[in-house]
Amino acid sequence: MATKNKKLNLKDRYQYLTRDMAWEPTYQDKKDIFPDEDFEGIKITDWSQWEDPFRLTMDAYWKYQAEKEKKLYAIFDAFAQNNGHQNISDARYVNALKLFLSGVSPLEHAAFQGYAKVGRQFSGAGARVACQMQAIDELRHSQTQQHAMSHYNKHFNGLHDAPYMHDRVWFLSVPKSFFDDARSAGPFEFLTAISFSFEYVLTNLLFVPFMSGAAYNGDMATVTFGFSAQSDEARHMTLGLEVIKFILEQHEDNVPIVQRWIDKWFWRGFRLLSLVGMMMDYMLPKKVMSWSEAWEMYYEQNGGALFKDLERYGIRPPKYQDVANDAKNHVSHQAWSTFYQYSQATNFHTWMPEKEEMDWLSQKYPDTFDKYYRQRFEHWDKEHAEGRRFYNNTLPQLCQVCQIPTIFTEKDDPTMLSHRQLVHEGERFHFCSDGCCDIFKHEPEKYVQAWLPVHQIYQGNCEGEDVETVVSKYYHINIGEDNFEYIGSPDHKRWLAIKGESTGKKADSTDQNAA
Amino acid sequence: MSVNARYEYKFESRDKVENFHGMQVLYIYWPHHLMFCSPFAVMVSPDMTFGDFLEQILKPAVASHPDSAEADFENAEWKLNDGPFTPDMSATMMGSGIDHKSMLTVTTPGLDGISGSGS
Repeated sequence: MATKNKKLNLKDRYQYLTRDMAWEPTYQDKKDIFPDEDFEGIKITDWSQWEDPFRLTMDAYWKYQAEKEKKLYAIFDAFAQNNGHQNISDARYVNALKLFLSGVSPLEHAAFQGYAKVGRQFSGAGARVACQMQAIDELRHSQTQQHAMSHYNKHFNGLHDAPYMHDRVWFLSVPKSFFDDARSAGPFEFLTAISFSFEYVLTNLLFVPFMSGAAYNGDMATVTFGFSAQSDEARHMTLGLEVIKFILEQHEDNVPIVQRWIDKWFWRGFRLLSLVGMMMDYMLPKKVMSWSEAWEMYYEQNGGALFKDLERYGIRPPKYQDVANDAKNHVSHQAWSTFYQYSQATNFHTWMPEKEEMDWLSQKYPDTFDKYYRQRFEHWDKEHAEGRRFYNNTLPQLCQVCQIPTIFTEKDDPTMLSHRQLVHEGERFHFCSDGCCDIFKHEPEKYVQAWLPVHQIYQGNCEGEDVETVVSKYYHINIGEDNFEYIGSPDHKRWLAIKGESTGKKADSTDQNAA
Repeated sequence: MSVNARYEYKFESRDKVENFHGMQVLYIYWPHHLMFCSPFAVMVSPDMTFGDFLEQILKPAVASHPDSAEADFENAEWKLNDGPFTPDMSATMMGSGIDHKSMLTVTTPGLDGISGSGS
């Protein structure tokens, strides 16, 4: 008798708990229930073709996640009780966590909101369930990251107000606007942007460096978070590939739309990852690999194989991929230079690389570091030693699309900025590259609304006219504690005290009031 | 192109000149001096003379660069946006054709940054 078998097999359980929970409406038009499904021009002819990558149901999901959570929090407790922060390689490392907590963790929360929203917008039950689970994953990641790093907040500066800063601090508008752009798009663009371009194509470039970086630098709390998130990330990546294949297989008219989204979101993701590049090359006291090596492995090789696979759908590699590949030898140095000179307005410290680190950079970047960047850094080092630590006291021009200062250089001439500008309805707009300029040209009405931090300060919308007031009042950055040079900072002094060393000669020469 | 949306998608620019309380934004780029990571963004009055702009804004902005002492901005090569530009020290911003969110590029031949590296 069938009743004897009380346990459903996996396939049946999946059927009952996902697809069978949907129904065909009879007294409402389906178009009225899912009004966002059509306007992007994506044609779905048969939702039943949607294959769920991990036939996971909610009951199993809760069980797995609860088990992982139990282990994770046991390790957090042990880390805190054993003063795990004392075992990291060097306190400079904590600055990578400050960047992560204010730049990335709020994106996990934005992803949660984004997936919760699109999970309501699809008429296909399989896609809805997948988005719902990813939404919960993202919420969990946001929370567990904050818990993993909260121990550091007791011992180091700059970690006290990450979500608040995310909405205000100039450079955090870069990750924030990235996700706002995706979340304010239609549901299919959101999935192409986040599930495919970010999670599938680029996420290894974010997660592997941060989690390996944590492991190399003795940060057990963050490593453990990484392990706990790994199976979720694998699921998200599989979903990303399924999404794109499903859309492309449904109708040939979808191909050019998806191609444009891939071009846009590859470029936006690549720009966003400049922050990770500098973290890898400059902020990790013990280096994992160079940004250039990571880009080669995770984008040029893995991405190359992926786009070969997608060729059969009529998809080509992203536009300006050649520019991005070339930039692997420059972006981390350019980004670090930028943060170094605007450290008066950041919630983390910056510093010049030690001599051995400079040599490591020369070795990893044989064609670019000595030629274009070493002189700049040695000059700054010298200035610092003579009591003139360099800060740029004039605000930077920002790109209207990616919102990064227009710091990037031409592929064919690394001594010239790749600045672009155009006039739209009588107003001038400026961009860091052809990639960002093209994105603007396609949807100017979207980007004319950009909340550019520099212009907002000048318009008087940030609680003050001078940088100091904006930084302290509007950003909640504690001046002299969270910002400026690392050498001689309270974090540095605390670290030396932990290690039982006296403040070095270099630290004594620091003038924290140079800005 | 226009934004594909479910409703009439039309928004005002957030950075139109009216939002800057009588001032305007000006960008200045000094090529081959990438020690300054990007062009500067400054606020100027449309009535400010070019000479005052040089003395009060540009020179203090670049003062920390080792090339700044030798830079002869009065006789340098100037570009306004994408076209050639000849500065008139007594003319105002507005009179010089420098409008909101314009970009000036000033090249100082012979000065190529720290140790000639373009920084």
